[in-house]
Amino acid sequence: MEPLLELLGLAKSAELLSLSPPGWGGNLLRGLVNSLQIAFGAFGFGLVIGLFGAYGKLYGGVVIRDLLAIYTTVIRAVPELVLILILYYVGTDLVNKIAQAFGYGRVEISGVFAGIWVLGIVQGAYSTEVLRGAIQAIPQGQIEAARAFGMPSLMLMRRVTIPAMMSFAVPGLANLWLIATKDTALLAIVGFSELTLETRQAAASTRAYFTFFLAAGALYMMVTLFSGAAFNRIEKWARRGQPSLRGKN
Amino acid sequence: MAELGAEEIDTQNADEEAIRVTDLRKSFGTLEVLKGVSLTAHKGDVVAIIGGSGSGKSTFLRCVNFLETPSAGQIIVGGEEIKMRPDGSPADRRQIERIRTQLGMVFQAFNLWTHRTLLENVIEVPVHVLKVPRAQAIKRAEELLDRVGLGDKADVFPSFLSGGQQQRAAIARALAVDPRVMLFDEPTSALDPELVGEVLTVIRDLAAEGRTMLLVTHEMKFAREVANHVVYLFEGRIEEQGPPAEVFGNPKSARLKQFLKTVG
Ligand SMILES: Nc1ncnc2c1ncn2[C@@H]1O[C@H](COP(=O)(O)OP(=O)(O)O)[C@@H](O)[C@H]1O
Ligand SMILES: [Mg+2]
Repeated sequence: MEPLLELLGLAKSAELLSLSPPGWGGNLLRGLVNSLQIAFGAFGFGLVIGLFGAYGKLYGGVVIRDLLAIYTTVIRAVPELVLILILYYVGTDLVNKIAQAFGYGRVEISGVFAGIWVLGIVQGAYSTEVLRGAIQAIPQGQIEAARAFGMPSLMLMRRVTIPAMMSFAVPGLANLWLIATKDTALLAIVGFSELTLETRQAAASTRAYFTFFLAAGALYMMVTLFSGAAFNRIEKWARRGQPSLRGKN
Repeated sequence: MAELGAEEIDTQNADEEAIRVTDLRKSFGTLEVLKGVSLTAHKGDVVAIIGGSGSGKSTFLRCVNFLETPSAGQIIVGGEEIKMRPDGSPADRRQIERIRTQLGMVFQAFNLWTHRTLLENVIEVPVHVLKVPRAQAIKRAEELLDRVGLGDKADVFPSFLSGGQQQRAAIARALAVDPRVMLFDEPTSALDPELVGEVLTVIRDLAAEGRTMLLVTHEMKFAREVANHVVYLFEGRIEEQGPPAEVFGNPKSARLKQFLKTVG
């Protein structure tokens, strides 16, 4: 192994990327874990917002519908970087004001929580639209049948609406998940040590820009490939019961 | 265990009212679709509801289980009056949910849940709404699927089946709640002609075993054969009603005569 790396002139890179210091590989992996943690949390938080948002848009009163229209329009109109700055500073400021009002001092807000909050709000706007479309795509008769058999509305949502909309929602949600993994990079701007920031720091300290950014790119790529495989399985499961478009095989 | 097979349907109380609808009205905006329809079915009655397209047949059935909110009227199921607000909406959500489980509805478009197999479709309401133990619900569902000739399709998803098979499964789903009254809304209208017979055969069996049903249909020969009471709706009113031999054999109203001529 060693002579081969030597031969390719990669010995230096291998050393730089080694997991234990003086290598920076450990930092990169920690950054990746942070990124994934936030992406996962934000995606999940976004789904919860999206579910309420979709139901609100479809079945809510005028006020709720208007508020949701403002939410989805504004969030989708403003660049994410700007939103992150606004939500981050507004969010932390708000928490501190509330803390002070109750007589506490400044609170330290965990970067992970802040990241999930900020990206989750952004994801929620897109999720609302994805889920609204998916719910509307369900043949209404299936929902009507559940009502006709006396299903209470929460059970109807859990047993009929959500499983029936899955096949329509999964492709859009897969997109949102991938966007979430990459949007974590934007959190570097508020100083959160996710993969991109860790990479920049490693690169700047060692001047080995190419090595580190290539390594980070490979890590993002791996996340995408794994996610793709996972979502394929989920989609297959969600589409059970529907004939394949390619015909029977 | 008291299962709900043909043998056990109680014919002692044949006079017992299964459902009574009084002066039912329904408007969509300014369009009055039902202008006071009253109808009573006793236990074991098969009431056929006929009428031209747009006469309000579907709206009537859908008002009976409050899929549509009636504008006025009274509905009594098994002696229990459905409590309504002044605007016609159900006043007691739990009551209407409970009563709906006693009204097994079969739709024109089947409306099976496509993400569930036939067996899962049939056990869904018993297990989740009625809280019947799962094993018991499965046993019962298998019997019902057998009965409608789909015993070998229990694990198949609805989209892989013919319309006739889907409708028979939908009937099994409705039977699984052991409904007090079955509501059929043109159960064969979405089917290819060669598939109509298999569904009618199942419904005929149910009539023969004494199931109470309200049956909206365009199959006049079938209505004449299975119904013991026929109601002809015209523009949201009952224009004529009576035993099938009278309504079909000796219609009084000119509109009914005309209608029977056009549907052949
Ligand atoms: N949801 C609705 N909104 C407005 N009009 C409706 C609605 N449902 C039915 N209608 C109208 O009510 C009338 C009766 O419809 P329906 O009960 O479906 O008739 P049928 O089943 O006898 O063909 C029709 O004129 C139809 O257009
Ligand atoms: Mg109709």
